[in-house]
Amino acid sequence: MTIQFNDETFHGDFTFKNSDWAIKRFPFPFHEDSYMYSVNMEPHTSYRPGSVFERTFDVDEHYVSEMKDRARVLANDPLRCQSLPHMTLAGWDLVELIMEAKAREYPDLFELHKDGNRWRWINKPLGIDDTFTFLDESTLPYGPMEYITRQTQGDFAVLDQRDDNLWMDAGMVTTQADWSLDFDIGMNFFEWHAPVPKAHEMGIFVRALKFLLNIQQGQPARRLNWTMTVNPLLDTSPENYHKWGVMKQGLTMENIGEKQHLRVELQTFFRLPRSNALVFPIRCYLIRFEDLVTVPKWARRLHRVIRDLPEELATYKGFIDNRPLMVEYLSQFDDGSPTSDGIWPDDD
Amino acid sequence: MSKTEFPPSITSRPVYGELEARSGSGHLMIADAEGAEAILDLAESADKDFWAKAHVIYIPKKTGTKYSSQLEELGAGQYYAGPSYEAAQSRIRRALQDCHMGTQVYLSGTESLMGQAMAEATAAGIPHTAIQTEHRGSTARRMQCVHCKGITEDVTTDPFECSHCGLSLFVRDHYSRRLAAFQGVRVDAEDPGNIPEKVELFK
Repeated sequence: MTIQFNDETFHGDFTFKNSDWAIKRFPFPFHEDSYMYSVNMEPHTSYRPGSVFERTFDVDEHYVSEMKDRARVLANDPLRCQSLPHMTLAGWDLVELIMEAKAREYPDLFELHKDGNRWRWINKPLGIDDTFTFLDESTLPYGPMEYITRQTQGDFAVLDQRDDNLWMDAGMVTTQADWSLDFDIGMNFFEWHAPVPKAHEMGIFVRALKFLLNIQQGQPARRLNWTMTVNPLLDTSPENYHKWGVMKQGLTMENIGEKQHLRVELQTFFRLPRSNALVFPIRCYLIRFEDLVTVPKWARRLHRVIRDLPEELATYKGFIDNRPLMVEYLSQFDDGSPTSDGIWPDDD
Repeated sequence: MSKTEFPPSITSRPVYGELEARSGSGHLMIADAEGAEAILDLAESADKDFWAKAHVIYIPKKTGTKYSSQLEELGAGQYYAGPSYEAAQSRIRRALQDCHMGTQVYLSGTESLMGQAMAEATAAGIPHTAIQTEHRGSTARRMQCVHCKGITEDVTTDPFECSHCGLSLFVRDHYSRRLAAFQGVRVDAEDPGNIPEKVELFK
């Protein structure tokens, strides 16, 4: 196989680690030295071979361990995966989208063989070889959305489109930045974004919704979003906040490089053919500060972004208390020299 | 009790209006506590034959008998007063099931009552255009603990204790229509034991 899969954990002893390859291809989210909300959408087309933007659904060295972590989270809390009754067809759409893309783009890892509606799906990294009837739920061990998203990195929100709005009517959410599917299920686009400060007043959500409602089949879009996480926790859910919140304490100049992670979400948006639903995969990438600063441009830029971020955003993103320490740590790697435009390291 | 003006900032919170008598094949009215006032106000402009087709379900809560005799005297075809929403729930479900095309639904009183009844009405297939709401009385909140999922009724302070798991929770301005509840999140998660003093935010 082309990818060497890590055996690592995202809880307990936190053995998660990025290889040099994973560090180099990390989706650094800041294209300039400051940050403010924007509807930063672009077409989700294949771009820069080797980068996380090359494939429809990026598979990397964390794949197998992330899927184990998802199974663990679901065993502890089955409500992380829910689908309202009218969303089953969208689940099948998603099965088709992911299986076809993975089989096409990673032929050494995944295979899909179709004989009419009789499909055989082979997932080599996870050791799965299943034959089922497309659109017949009784032939799969889980509902279609749950089945395929137990085998695909990233959270998935499946949005029904009606009344000129999008409705969070199904999802698989185990690697989220502090939002609850169980609470938000059934909400429309404005409702589930209600707790986000400032962006409503800026008109961000009105523009974003307009864009999303018009996404066409075969023309997916993407954007990056980001936050901060102490320890490589994929599951920073509100459900478990009373367990992980305390980890934000105890950062020091000695351990911040290892414990503090920049958390980046690669968000993509696809129109689904039969249901006309929109699927919104939210793929989480984590990188330790000490790994991030090995790229000089990223170190300088992250220092400036975090230092100058409006207080409301640092509070909403949950790192206001640790910001002074982050800035102090990162300032060691910022000599004040200019940074080039765009997100990519300079040595490319 | 005056009508409540809610702050406009919470986009997930429903907007409540003012009840008005509409023409319909039937009228299902569900109210709690001071919500009775909204029905009594509506009665001033309703036709005489309005009440024959009306079913009033009323939960007085702390108002005791203050409004119940006035409500009963409206002469609704069916009148019921019950001790709690939970007690009235099966009756509410049945009444919604029995609604015919064109039945109007009127909800008034606390957010908790309106939210729960709204969720039931929607589940029963009543179109939202046939449902009216009016907030009256207490602004206490119905809260769901995001950790244990238990619901705590009539929350007036921030923070408050979850009546199920006992954690101290702060009130997040995020409302779920499906649960008819706001979200409660542990207030001292990042610094266990450091619980701010309770402030009475809602009455």
